Amino acid sequence: MVAFTLNGKRVSVKTEPATPLLWAIREHLKLTGTKYGCGAGLCGACTVHVNGKAVKSCQIEISSVQGARVLTIEGLSNGATHPLQKAFIAEQVPQCGYCQSGQIMKAAELLAKNPKPSRDQIVAHMNGNICRCGTYNRIVAAIQRASKEG
Amino acid sequence: MTTMTSLEKVTSLGNKVSRRGFLKGAGGLTFAVSLGAGGVQFLTPKQAKALVGHTDMSAWVRISPDNTITILSAGAEMGQGSMTSVPLMLAEELDADWNLVHLEFAPADPKIYGYTRKRRGRMTTSMAIVGSRAVMMYYKPMRMAGAQVRKVLMQNAAKKWGVPVSQVRTEPSVVIGPGGKRLTYGEIAGFAKVPAILPKVSASELKKPRDFRLIGKSLPRRDIVGKVDGSAKFSIDVMLPGMVYASTVHSPVQGAKPLSWNEAKLKKLKGFIGTVKLKQGIAVIADNFEHVLAARNDLEVKWSKARAEGYNSEEALEKDYPKKSADPKTKAKKIEARGDVDKAFASAAKTYAADYRCDYGYHAQMEPLNAVARINGAGNRMEIWEGTQAPGRSRSGIAKALGFKTGQVIHHQMYMGGGFGRRSRTDYTIEAALISQEIKRPVKMIWTREEDINYGMFRPQTFQHLEAALDGSGKLVGWKHSVIGDGRRLLTGGAKIKKYYKVPNQLIVEQKAGKHGIRTKHWRAVAHVFNVYAIEALIDEVAAAQGMDPLEFRLKNLPLTAKARRVLTKVAQMSDWKKKRPKGRALGLSMTERSGSLGAEVAEVSVDRKTGKIRVHKVWAAMDGGIIVQPEAALHNVESGIIYGLSSVLKERATIKGGAVEQSNFHDYEVLRMADAPEELHVEFLDRPTKPTGIGELGNPGIGAAVANGFHALTGKRLYHMPFTPERVRAALKS
Repeated sequence: MVAFTLNGKRVSVKTEPATPLLWAIREHLKLTGTKYGCGAGLCGACTVHVNGKAVKSCQIEISSVQGARVLTIEGLSNGATHPLQKAFIAEQVPQCGYCQSGQIMKAAELLAKNPKPSRDQIVAHMNGNICRCGTYNRIVAAIQRASKEG
Repeated sequence: MTTMTSLEKVTSLGNKVSRRGFLKGAGGLTFAVSLGAGGVQFLTPKQAKALVGHTDMSAWVRISPDNTITILSAGAEMGQGSMTSVPLMLAEELDADWNLVHLEFAPADPKIYGYTRKRRGRMTTSMAIVGSRAVMMYYKPMRMAGAQVRKVLMQNAAKKWGVPVSQVRTEPSVVIGPGGKRLTYGEIAGFAKVPAILPKVSASELKKPRDFRLIGKSLPRRDIVGKVDGSAKFSIDVMLPGMVYASTVHSPVQGAKPLSWNEAKLKKLKGFIGTVKLKQGIAVIADNFEHVLAARNDLEVKWSKARAEGYNSEEALEKDYPKKSADPKTKAKKIEARGDVDKAFASAAKTYAADYRCDYGYHAQMEPLNAVARINGAGNRMEIWEGTQAPGRSRSGIAKALGFKTGQVIHHQMYMGGGFGRRSRTDYTIEAALISQEIKRPVKMIWTREEDINYGMFRPQTFQHLEAALDGSGKLVGWKHSVIGDGRRLLTGGAKIKKYYKVPNQLIVEQKAGKHGIRTKHWRAVAHVFNVYAIEALIDEVAAAQGMDPLEFRLKNLPLTAKARRVLTKVAQMSDWKKKRPKGRALGLSMTERSGSLGAEVAEVSVDRKTGKIRVHKVWAAMDGGIIVQPEAALHNVESGIIYGLSSVLKERATIKGGAVEQSNFHDYEVLRMADAPEELHVEFLDRPTKPTGIGELGNPGIGAAVANGFHALTGKRLYHMPFTPERVRAALKS
């Protein structure tokens, strides 16, 4: 049994300690906004925050989040009101949408530590998150918009 | 009819209307519209029921007394925006207030919800959202249907007021009568009757483009909000009570069948439920997905022999294809033959020839293939949740595999985490259905990323030989193009050039490389990717040989169509073609035809001569897709095509050794990441007043040649093998 805080609520999961956090969040706790893309830490679709840091949840064993604060896309805001979510809507960023939770969670980490990132800083920070629909430039525009509009 | 209870949440597109309520629903006006071979036809629910032969169907449009309008969307959604733009075309002619319109996915019933097209000589209906078809195919029928509904509303209002229908008109969701009388659509729905004989609408009664309120105006896509707050549901997100998990392991050598496997060992694993033998794999089933992964790891299968055994793709492409290409005995099919090619080449002042290669391409859609299936207790009804580009074909295919009639399969369309042509064949959903049928439980079946690649269906690899002949004045008068590979119906798209270059003497052929036993499939514009690359690279080479600027050569020496001249002129203006570029950068130009649309692209490239890494800094694209129904979404589609294409042009290659795919995940099947994306994409549409043509695949075919031609402008060297990996670029620089 592993207990942690998920989007501000105490939760516990009964599973093997080595279970990837991704599958615990998605299938055990049924928060499906966090996506499975590669299972190997290569695409970023499963990005969540653990104690404020963006991690690839497919690479994190559930046992390592005992007592930690885990934040997923569902907990980022109430009703898509986080500045990044508003900016992603304004820029109409998502296409198929499957990678977007991961993109937004990764970008949220950046803005939390660097509210005014340069384009190069954005690209360097986001490079681990693949988008096959190729929304990269729109993601950059949305992050810049969120940075400006807060 | 199945109970939907909690599942309505899963399948609903963010509105509260249940599908079931449509025909049975109390109050309101319900319209079923058939888009069958006879064109658009309104049906009463009773007629519609008779047509499809079962009762679990819905209407296209429902207007409720509370003024909401529900329109079913036949536009399968994979990011291209069809889910919004297809019903929007109906709403346009209905003159609906778009803010009052709810959308739901149409059921998988092509007879009712499909578009009509000619296929092998006869008219068929299809819901397949492939080949950039959604807007193009539904443009007329959706508008006709909307106009018909509007007419019924106007007739009912006119009757109520006792005035001729000619004295009423509409504003969004309101009928206006003489003296400013008003009835909202909802009010009319409260008393109106759908007439027994439904009004006919002629094409001339449709709105003129200048009167459009929705078409041509960029409206927010309906799927966006759910995709930024995590609530959008893909099939992988579906949860059912009592659901178990499965994953299929296929042979490393494509096409081999399982003979035996170590079930006894698996039985000792925690949470393991069992295996199901499928035609080309073993599905392992467990109580949760991590236990499925453990069972996948421990599964050992003895496989049969298969045709693909011993097939090496690199060897075939390097040695076998060129040999067969040059051999007149190789089986060949004419794609286009005009004029007298032999004579044109014999009497030509100059001739040119070049060979081009392109590797296998994998779709790498972000959502690994998966589906959820639930057999009922009696074993005679299968419920399916999947994201598919072809709901009709998928549903009937599942039924066939199960030994069911189509009506025994209840189909729930979900969002697709990328399609790109892969999700128009739902072999993975059939697997899920067969598993559920055998184990008699609801199941979520997910292919791992590794499985998704291993058992992939690829854009075929090809070798191409092209020749061009110029007359004494340097005009292009002869053209030969042969493409060879193994991919049924996947090799020739985009090989015909007559829609932009009216070369008088042409011979374009497809040659068969023989069967490799490797699964091939449509891939965002498929054959256009390699054909357009080869065509436009050779044109550039011929232009350079004349000492001419490639734009000038096209404008002066090629027999261009008017449409081609327009997009070329436009892209030249957009990119400021003649302007000097920063040191170390150069421009490349290319043309693309796809699904009736035409585009021209310019890429600004640089290269790191030490590493061989090409970088594309800017792309300009001038696109003629006729009337653009949703400009913002169309723009995103072209941008997406450019990036998807560029990924394939610079990085993506699948190779097969001994019949087995060599790549396994994103570390060895590399795709374009943000750092490699061009800093600037400039896309413009020509806004021609012609009917809409395809947009979704217009961006990617041209980018290969634009990059190769830019590389030549920069270095004087040619790139003949896509993708242009650093290794190949270094070799070209040394050549």
